[in-house]
Amino acid sequence: MKELRLMKGNEALEEAAIRAGVDAYFGYPITPQSEIIEYLMAEDTEKRTGMVVLQAESEVAAINMIYGAAGCGKKALTSSSGPGISLKQEGLSYIAGAELPCVVVNIVRGGPGLGTIQPSQSDYLQSVKGGGHGDYKLIVLAPATVQETVDYVKLAFELAFKYRNPVMILSDGIIGQMMEKVELFEQMPRSTKEYEWATTGKKPGKDHVIVTSLQLKPEEQEEVNLRLQAKYREVEKNEVMYEAYNIDDAEYLFVSFGSCARITQKAMEMAREKGYKVGQIRPQTLYPYPAEIINKLADQVKGVFTVEMNDGQMVEDVRLAVNGKVPVEHYGRFGGMIPSPDEILNAFEQKFIGG
Amino acid sequence: MAENLIKPENLVYEKSKSMTERELHYCPGCGHGTAHRMLAEAIDDLDIQGETIGIAPVGCSVLAYYYFDVDMLEAAHGRAPAVATGIKRVLPEKYVFTYQGDGDLAAIGTAETIHACNRGENILIVFINNGIYGMTGGQMAPTTLENMKSTTSPRGRDIKTMGNPLKISELVAELPGTYYATRHSVHTPANARKTKRAFKKALEYQKENKGTCLVEVVSNCPSNWKMTPAESNKWMEENMFPFYPLGDIKTPK
Repeated sequence: MKELRLMKGNEALEEAAIRAGVDAYFGYPITPQSEIIEYLMAEDTEKRTGMVVLQAESEVAAINMIYGAAGCGKKALTSSSGPGISLKQEGLSYIAGAELPCVVVNIVRGGPGLGTIQPSQSDYLQSVKGGGHGDYKLIVLAPATVQETVDYVKLAFELAFKYRNPVMILSDGIIGQMMEKVELFEQMPRSTKEYEWATTGKKPGKDHVIVTSLQLKPEEQEEVNLRLQAKYREVEKNEVMYEAYNIDDAEYLFVSFGSCARITQKAMEMAREKGYKVGQIRPQTLYPYPAEIINKLADQVKGVFTVEMNDGQMVEDVRLAVNGKVPVEHYGRFGGMIPSPDEILNAFEQKFIGG
Repeated sequence: MAENLIKPENLVYEKSKSMTERELHYCPGCGHGTAHRMLAEAIDDLDIQGETIGIAPVGCSVLAYYYFDVDMLEAAHGRAPAVATGIKRVLPEKYVFTYQGDGDLAAIGTAETIHACNRGENILIVFINNGIYGMTGGQMAPTTLENMKSTTSPRGRDIKTMGNPLKISELVAELPGTYYATRHSVHTPANARKTKRAFKKALEYQKENKGTCLVEVVSNCPSNWKMTPAESNKWMEENMFPFYPLGDIKTPK
């Protein structure tokens, strides 16, 4: 049954997690996402669905609790914001290396360091490029609305188990804190499925299960890496998601993700009103990146303009996609500052049309 | 021809069911092998091989998952008690143990150790204390004794600049969540048997959800102490035991 509610992003996310049949949440409070664990505790999830919720002593402990629960084949979820995600990178590398499924939510705030508690998109690189040590990738989903946040919780677990890989929902303080209308999906039962790779106790007549990311022989470690790379190629082939607006006749292309894409979209509409034929791509997956469509559109447009709430982190991927075909420019605000449609339009005109 | 004595009725000793066939990589004379064996025997005696999940640390026993014939996970350095928490919370009916060395448990993993104990997680923490970082080649550990030499305290541990050896078992015994804390060794058959009894007790307490149980095994490191196995055991008795006395530290009231 369709259930419509007006909900804050962080709370909607957790309601979706409960309804998606998540088995365990381990987390540590950090602004602007502390509502997540508060909501779960208030909901008394152990009673509602049997979902375990534990406030860990640290971000590091939380991600390693996730490793343990994920190793048992359970749906495990954690959430944090920039500084906490930095601390979790060690654990994420181990989870990716051991090929375990889990979902990590990052409600990004501005950095570096302790930075600010205001929204930002400055965790693009640490989310999309691995972040921890070694060659690995997180699958990264970037919602732009509270509705997408809800839908991506379900999708994230599907992808995590499909590829046995950590999935990150890269949101930010705007989406986490704002209230929007949201349609909730129905309660799903918690899975009782047993996986052959999971440590749930040695089965009679079967070998014991080992979950590890260690291979001391270089030949074997290279094999692990090759297997991971093959998996990532599959992810790149199958899972790219983006939204395209006004691209058919576009002479300029805006690229923007998450909350910022909504502001950029407004700037695009304003540009259209002024007569500039602007289209927009909003990547919904940041890894895998929608490079192909951007590369294709680079044959059609005169220039590509990225707008991000950071110093141009995604623009690196856009430049790789455009591959020198047309100029690529970036406009960004930092540290919790949110650009307005006017200033985006001004920046576009300055960089591409000429003062 | 001599009578073949290898018959089931003549068998007095056999490999534990909960150990694999894999040859141990530990140095000659190292206590790890015996400690593994005692834990495996305890698991066999309680007939819980199929219900036990173990966590290997980073350190010499990083490959413990090859030797215990139970489902095992390899944790990041020091994080085993957090991993164990994650497992035990989603599979509360299983038996969960961590197997950790002194660097793993008492240095980089101190926070995880203390908080798992303080929450009273129903897990067994096996703590092998030989006062040195073995795998990385003999650096100073949190438990290295005063004046004890290591590659990073070549003139002996100077407690003024390098800090004091940490009695972490006594420390966690103070926490209300810790139900049972005890210290043993495996360098003689009698001591090894006591260690096994402690493991069994701890696993039985786990079945009753009594709280965290920590079994410390004071052990040797002939390679990095640069001694023969026999010398290392003697040195352990003369130097380690006075500072880390064997026996129960906290027992159920």
